[in-house]
Amino acid sequence: MKQSDFKQHLDGIHDIADRLARPVKIMEVCGTHTVAVCRSGLRSLLPSSLKLLSGPGCPVCVTPAEYIDRAILLSRRPEVLLATFGDLMRVPGFSLGTLEKERASGARVRVVYSVSDALALADERKSAKVIFLAVGFETTAPGIAWAVKTAAERGMKNFAILSALKTMPNAMEALLQSGGVQIDGFICPGHVSTIIGSRPYEFICRKYCRPCVVAGFEPADVVAAIAMLLGQIEEGKCEVQNQYLRAVSAGGNPKAGLLLEEIFEPADAEWRGLGVVPQSGLRLRDKYKNYDAFSLYPDIKAPAGAEVSGCLCGEVLRGRIAPPECKLFGKKCTPTTPVGACMVSGEGACAAYYRYAPLAEAGGGDESPSFFKRR
Amino acid sequence: MNRQAFLNDVKMKNDQMILLSHGGGGLRSKQLINEVLVKRLGNPVLNMLDDGALLTLDRKDIVFTTDSFVVRPLFFPGGDIGRLAACGTINDLVMMGAEPRYLSLGLIIEEGFSLRDLERAVLSMREILDVAKVKIVTGDTKVVEKGAAAGLFINTSGIGVRLANADTRVSNARPGDVVVVTGTLGDHGAAVISCREGINLDSKLESDVAPLWGLIAPLLTQGTELHCLRDPTRGGLAAALCDIAEASRVGIRVREREIPVRKETLGVCRLLGLDPLNMACEGRAVVVCPERLCRDVLRMLHSHPMGGNARAIGVVEEQPAGLVVLETDVGGERIVEMPMGDDLPRIC
Repeated sequence: MKQSDFKQHLDGIHDIADRLARPVKIMEVCGTHTVAVCRSGLRSLLPSSLKLLSGPGCPVCVTPAEYIDRAILLSRRPEVLLATFGDLMRVPGFSLGTLEKERASGARVRVVYSVSDALALADERKSAKVIFLAVGFETTAPGIAWAVKTAAERGMKNFAILSALKTMPNAMEALLQSGGVQIDGFICPGHVSTIIGSRPYEFICRKYCRPCVVAGFEPADVVAAIAMLLGQIEEGKCEVQNQYLRAVSAGGNPKAGLLLEEIFEPADAEWRGLGVVPQSGLRLRDKYKNYDAFSLYPDIKAPAGAEVSGCLCGEVLRGRIAPPECKLFGKKCTPTTPVGACMVSGEGACAAYYRYAPLAEAGGGDESPSFFKRR
Repeated sequence: MNRQAFLNDVKMKNDQMILLSHGGGGLRSKQLINEVLVKRLGNPVLNMLDDGALLTLDRKDIVFTTDSFVVRPLFFPGGDIGRLAACGTINDLVMMGAEPRYLSLGLIIEEGFSLRDLERAVLSMREILDVAKVKIVTGDTKVVEKGAAAGLFINTSGIGVRLANADTRVSNARPGDVVVVTGTLGDHGAAVISCREGINLDSKLESDVAPLWGLIAPLLTQGTELHCLRDPTRGGLAAALCDIAEASRVGIRVREREIPVRKETLGVCRLLGLDPLNMACEGRAVVVCPERLCRDVLRMLHSHPMGGNARAIGVVEEQPAGLVVLETDVGGERIVEMPMGDDLPRIC
């Protein structure tokens, strides 16, 4: 998309916002969208009546602390070699610290960039039990399904996953049902939608009368999606529209869908911040229970715990507050000293708001003379 | 409280252990340096925390610096640990306005390391030394048992003579200055990460690792009044600019559109979720000079084979003191944060 298109959409947004003349709140469900919005400084260009809310679409952020503690306990077993995406390394559990500290204390924890690296690791280290921390949404799930299927076909006995995989549409419904927050429309996750398509969001429009737009991740995609949502709001429409046509179809990727279906079954899942959301998790089917670390290590249970007092990650994930409204934000909780998961993950709303803060929030003040012309 | 002041206030907790990110050149490294090293060993020279120490011996300004190299893999597109160990220390001297003269070489070698690989690294070091007219004049070799080091670690220290009137420390930026970069940013970080085990991206990227004396010397010797020089190594452009803004107590505004980054580097960053502004360079410099000299500086840089992509990317202002502000491609505005330092371990 050209710069002129960006400008045109932005002007459109301002025009509609003026005509609506009321506060509008739009949730970007996906963490990658939150980062795109913060990094491009987009918030500083939007009308003040329009608020973007960050949603529960950062996989690391919605992973319960209990899961981290369980992973830490697993990493302490002598035969276990944990393989994980880097983002999880610094997320604090309830009581046992972080995987990063566990590694520094000698636990075998390896950062990998994909599940196939974890599979290769299992091939290479036959004497170790490689457990992959399967955290993510529909986007990462098919790759993990492929890895489990491959391991099963090859009869591998030293590979397993600890699944905290989740699916998105039900969580969006849970948000609307839990109330307490005004959401006038959703920017739906582009990557997730490449797998599931745009159709699974239709019930949100039907049942809850909220417009949805599937969007790409360039700043220009996001402004286009916002303009489309505002257009629907102005006209009183509630439809699923697809801004990300270059990657997303209505039906999604049928191959990936079938693979997911074959390996996983839907299960209730706990989301940090949202609690248990019915049928929003992916559990390995019984046939693959030899690859399920929950089944293999039933005795490993994390000690009970509670969220750190004052940490409002849960409220952030539900879109009830913006990160700077948390009292710990930027004080006790920074990317160097994260208290909650949302400050750790690269896609976490708190980390994105902190790293890419607009000038006014950074204590610099608005009075500074601007070298560059603002819109 | 001002954000930067607050950050300086964050203390390492007593029960902490050293984590990989303490070596990443970002906030955590800074804490380690301030709260353990400066606190216990500090003195007026060390406390400056510049790229090198400025010492006056026999009425000559001498710059002394040291650096250790633990890059993985040891051989990467565009360079290797030997070339890096020579360039890193040479460039730290150059950034202090000094002509590099002598280096020391410390080798820590793991038992079982291939002699051929060692020779290969030493030869590429030799190549750089010849180009930069620098000599290795003392050294030390240690071999440790298998598993105690990953192949080869190198330390180099260097001595250079500072040119008369050259004062290019990070604390010298002033409102009205212009910020120039000498070439595309992040090539080294992206090239090294692309060939890492487990990533193996097939890209044409090469590290920019190179000695900077040839490129920077004309700026120093032609009487241009340079205010700051900084090589954006670990932590990339973001760390270099944050250092300058903080040490000089000025605001720096840069324009994303002007920052030269190769398409391939952007691709690698996008794929791995990294920020190009945080990606390391090993053959680039950030130059801060008064606006009236900007054109001359750019002309000199452009006339050197290594400076073809030099660009003015921003300006220095009084406010917001201590902060770096980026005008994004789409016209938004945001703060550039000092990187945490855990994006890419062992990049140099």
